[in-house]
Amino acid sequence: MAVDRSLWVHVVVLLGVAAVAATAHAEPATARQQELVNMVRQDCGSCHGLTLQGGLGPALLPAVLKDKPAESLVATVMMGRPGTAMPGWAPFMSEQEAEWIVARLMQGFPPVAQQLESSK
Amino acid sequence: MMGRMLGAGVLSLGLLAGCAQTPALRGTGDMGVVIERATGAVQVVEHSGRTSLGSVPGLGDLSHAHVTYSRDARYAFVFGRDGGLTKVDLLTQRIVKRVIQAGNSIGGSVSQDGRLVVAQNYQPGGIKAFDAETLELVSEVPAEYAPGQFSKVVGLADVPGQKFVYALFEAGEIWVTDFTDPRQPKTTRYPAGKQPYDGLVTPDGRYFMAGLFGEDGIALLDLWHPEKGVRKILDGYGRGEEKLPVYKMPHLRGWAMAGGFAFLPAIGRHEVLVVDTRTWTEAARVAVKGQPVFVMARPDGRQVWVNFAFPDNGWVQVIDTPTREVVKTLAPGKAVLHMEFTPRGDEVWVSARDDNKVTVFDTASFEVRQTLPATAPSGIFFSHRAARIGF
Ligand code: HEC
Repeated sequence: MAVDRSLWVHVVVLLGVAAVAATAHAEPATARQQELVNMVRQDCGSCHGLTLQGGLGPALLPAVLKDKPAESLVATVMMGRPGTAMPGWAPFMSEQEAEWIVARLMQGFPPVAQQLESSK
Repeated sequence: MMGRMLGAGVLSLGLLAGCAQTPALRGTGDMGVVIERATGAVQVVEHSGRTSLGSVPGLGDLSHAHVTYSRDARYAFVFGRDGGLTKVDLLTQRIVKRVIQAGNSIGGSVSQDGRLVVAQNYQPGGIKAFDAETLELVSEVPAEYAPGQFSKVVGLADVPGQKFVYALFEAGEIWVTDFTDPRQPKTTRYPAGKQPYDGLVTPDGRYFMAGLFGEDGIALLDLWHPEKGVRKILDGYGRGEEKLPVYKMPHLRGWAMAGGFAFLPAIGRHEVLVVDTRTWTEAARVAVKGQPVFVMARPDGRQVWVNFAFPDNGWVQVIDTPTREVVKTLAPGKAVLHMEFTPRGDEVWVSARDDNKVTVFDTASFEVRQTLPATAPSGIFFSHRAARIGF
């Protein structure tokens, strides 16, 4: 049946993407990625700014982060920094997800879907 | 009579020339703005009929935006995170003037005489005073607390005597700046405690309080007796108990003062603190659903409404002040960011950022009176703030 065939194609494509992702650096699923992007912009944004240019917390822009070791930034995200206002986010994300966030922050963080639509 | 009416007609035509539609003459006392955080716009609203009147775009990065009003309650001063300060006319729904005044800003306030609008900035740390009419820079006070070291400014509040009080996060101080001579402001510094994260002034303008992040307790300055310096209240609150991580700094502005008691967000705890304002000691703690962000009293003080930090930001709870019990738990949508009461408290507007809506509740029955669509709404600011000290 046509429906079944297209379903199969989807499954195969998805498996393919998953396999590539797994060999590269264990990417979160697309829906979860969107959730994480939204979380970083909004919830991290309450301290680091929606545009990540800093607020109570420092800017999280590529230029600021480029010389910092990714592992230590991942540790900061997961465990927070005692004695500062940076909380640990381990209850809300996995280590891989924190790695994914840090990698994106170092490249320049993607905007939320809503912003994409509205930006001229 | 005829002449007066004609005069007013001509005047409004003149003001509104170029506008597609000429709005009818109206007061601004029931108007306000809703911040649309992600799109850099504000919606102009009115709370008598609970409607949106229009949208004003082009205001920049409005995360953590704050709004204060001109003395005549016609103009909203919108402070954006990106340092933008925009004067918006509620009646014509247009930008009158916009300046980029800093790299990173979190709010501002209008002076007692209405002539100055003062911005508080993170970057470069300090405050800047602008002419409320033209938005021209009048003077500034850099938050240089030690040679070459600048602090972020938090909790700015206007107080009587053309003064502004604010706290310095890195410096751990409270500063009072007197703008009696607007071009030559005079500043007095008071040691306050570790990492003040926000501040507020009591509705009479007498007591300034700064919440401390770096230690337990709240710094209190009596502005009638500033020579006595800062007093630490609720000192040692929670000491010895393990703190929960704080996912969003509580806001103290818009805090609750009800029946001689202050209701404050406990930082890092699922509690609202009740403080006796005669002795400034803790009277009780009310257990709530999450870490409180805004703790706001209905204008008559009978109820206190509380919203919460991530991950409990889908809830709002209502505390009955005499019994100090949670009497209602509401779920107004995903990511509730702000609440604003109508001037006499019959209704409250609540924004739910991730559900793209604002819900208007009747505060007596808790029934939903209206929902309004808005794009990622955050702060809601009604024009009656124009007449209040510390807003
Ligand atoms: C309550 C405020 C707050 C929130 C929310 C917050 N941060 Fe932070 N963050 C800080 C502060 C303050 C620092 C600086 C700590 C210091 O002084 O070392 C920081 C530091 C960091 C650093 C290290 C930057 C550097 O240059 O070393 C990273 C990375 C970071 N945060 C990521 C995040 C992410 C990702 C989130 C959301 C999942 C987040 N933060 C949410 C306050 C916050």
